[in-house]
Amino acid sequence: MANVLELRHVSAGYGETVVLEDINLVLSRGESISVIGRNGVGKSTLLATMMGHTTLHKGEVVLNGQSLDAVPVYRRAVMGLGFVPQEREIFPSLTVRENLMIGARLGPWTEERVFQLFPNLQERLDNKGNQLSGGEQQMLSISRALLTNPSLLLMDEPTEGLAPVIVEALTAVLLSLRDAGDLSIILVEQNSRVALEFSSRTIVMDKGRIVYDGESVTLRDDQERLARLIGITE
Amino acid sequence: MIVAAIKPTEHLAALAFAGRHRPRVWEPAPWIFAIAFYFAFPNYLGFGTELLVTILFALSLDLVLGYAGIITLGHAAFFGAGAYTVGMLAYHGIWNEPISSLMLAAIVAALVGLGSGLVLLRTQGLTLLMLTLCTMALLEEAANLGHEYTGGFDGLASLPIPPLLGLFEFNPLYPRTQYLYVLIVLFIAFLFVRTLIYSPFGQSLAGIRENTLRMHAVGSPVRARLITCYTISAAIAGIAGGLWAQANAYVNLTTLSLDRAAMVLIALILGGYGRIYGGFVGAVAYMALAHFLAKLYPTGWQLGLGLLLVVIALFARNGILGIGEALLRRIRAKHMPQ
Repeated sequence: MANVLELRHVSAGYGETVVLEDINLVLSRGESISVIGRNGVGKSTLLATMMGHTTLHKGEVVLNGQSLDAVPVYRRAVMGLGFVPQEREIFPSLTVRENLMIGARLGPWTEERVFQLFPNLQERLDNKGNQLSGGEQQMLSISRALLTNPSLLLMDEPTEGLAPVIVEALTAVLLSLRDAGDLSIILVEQNSRVALEFSSRTIVMDKGRIVYDGESVTLRDDQERLARLIGITE
Repeated sequence: MIVAAIKPTEHLAALAFAGRHRPRVWEPAPWIFAIAFYFAFPNYLGFGTELLVTILFALSLDLVLGYAGIITLGHAAFFGAGAYTVGMLAYHGIWNEPISSLMLAAIVAALVGLGSGLVLLRTQGLTLLMLTLCTMALLEEAANLGHEYTGGFDGLASLPIPPLLGLFEFNPLYPRTQYLYVLIVLFIAFLFVRTLIYSPFGQSLAGIRENTLRMHAVGSPVRARLITCYTISAAIAGIAGGLWAQANAYVNLTTLSLDRAAMVLIALILGGYGRIYGGFVGAVAYMALAHFLAKLYPTGWQLGLGLLLVVIALFARNGILGIGEALLRRIRAKHMPQ
């Protein structure tokens, strides 16, 4: 199976500050993984590095066989990177429809398909972004990224700050996205229960390095090891 | 999964684009008023022409300030570039046919916009604001120093502008031709800007104004879009400047001055920026007030205007149109079934 993403000995950070050190990661097409770890270990920086928001000090990021060296952020999006940011960052004064269409590109993800995932959005098409609840904003943020028709979707803590019932619903959506098979997903999640349920492969990060890259089930069944790696258990 | 099972015309963006273009019922109103003004106030057509030019200038500023979120204090640079293009070409006997001169004014202003935009739009905030001001000041000083070509401080007077289409005379005392000519150009420019802001390009400008980083992440070439918008806006401001020069048959340094840049900015803020009709309302309110206050109190009319602006800035940050929208929302909420 061809690789959708490769990180080769990547060291990156913000300006001269190095946050990620010697990261090596290979993701096959259609494969989904979870990234967990304590606060401040570099999970979000990992996604930001893939998107081109950080300073790459060493190494190489390769997307669909093409190096992303010196590729600007917007080109990365066009090349197939979709990003759901931690803060959702919907456009508050644009309507739901305008938020959806602003980056929409032709491909398997269409408005209809997105509405199958999130029927609520269809009822709120003419509402402005700032009139949506936190859960709806998250749905909109995911939908907006899907409509760019990415080959790899990066999701940064999509369940953060949502009510438990919304987290349950969103987890179900994430699982259906994973099972759709036409999309690779990297899910960064604080909620290790959601993360370990989401993918068969999990990465644990600590102090800017990958300290575990293996089966999720191993961590699920060995709570002691999980606690050691991330410092907490669910 | 079947890739691209939908036709481009069925695409979300295309459908939304088609829907948003529909004109609203009240939209012909400003144009009906403008035509009515021509018949109702034949002695005020000079004022009316100036007003229409200001609306066009405000429309160009709204594109960058209201839609793309580019803060500028130097938009008169493009107005002046257009005015001086028309003025210098006519004065030195190179070219004076009105419509093609206007096109040349647009091209020159667009080139100034493109050149300065490539540099300025690398910056943001206060730096950008200062650089736009500096660009305008540089052009103003260049026009002042290039006395031989620009007339320097005195400007270029009595421009030989031939009849429009060889038929309609530009009479400075009875500016009927000027008024209708400017109105037609304004209408064409308005249609263009309206189409632009409701297009996916226009929506991407709104996205850039709201969250630049996010627009990068959805694949929008932010800088290229900003430069394109800035250049288009400069071209429209250049047309406004060219029209001003043709209508008045002279050009001077005031076309490149901070006063002019500030006036159009105030008019736009007064009307409400980021709304295509904000420039219309703002320019009418500003110029009508200035006109009548100056009649009432010739030496201190700016005091009254200043006080009004303080009130607007304090209590109606979205301008006159913002007040109207808020009132409309209240009325709708009142009549909504519980």
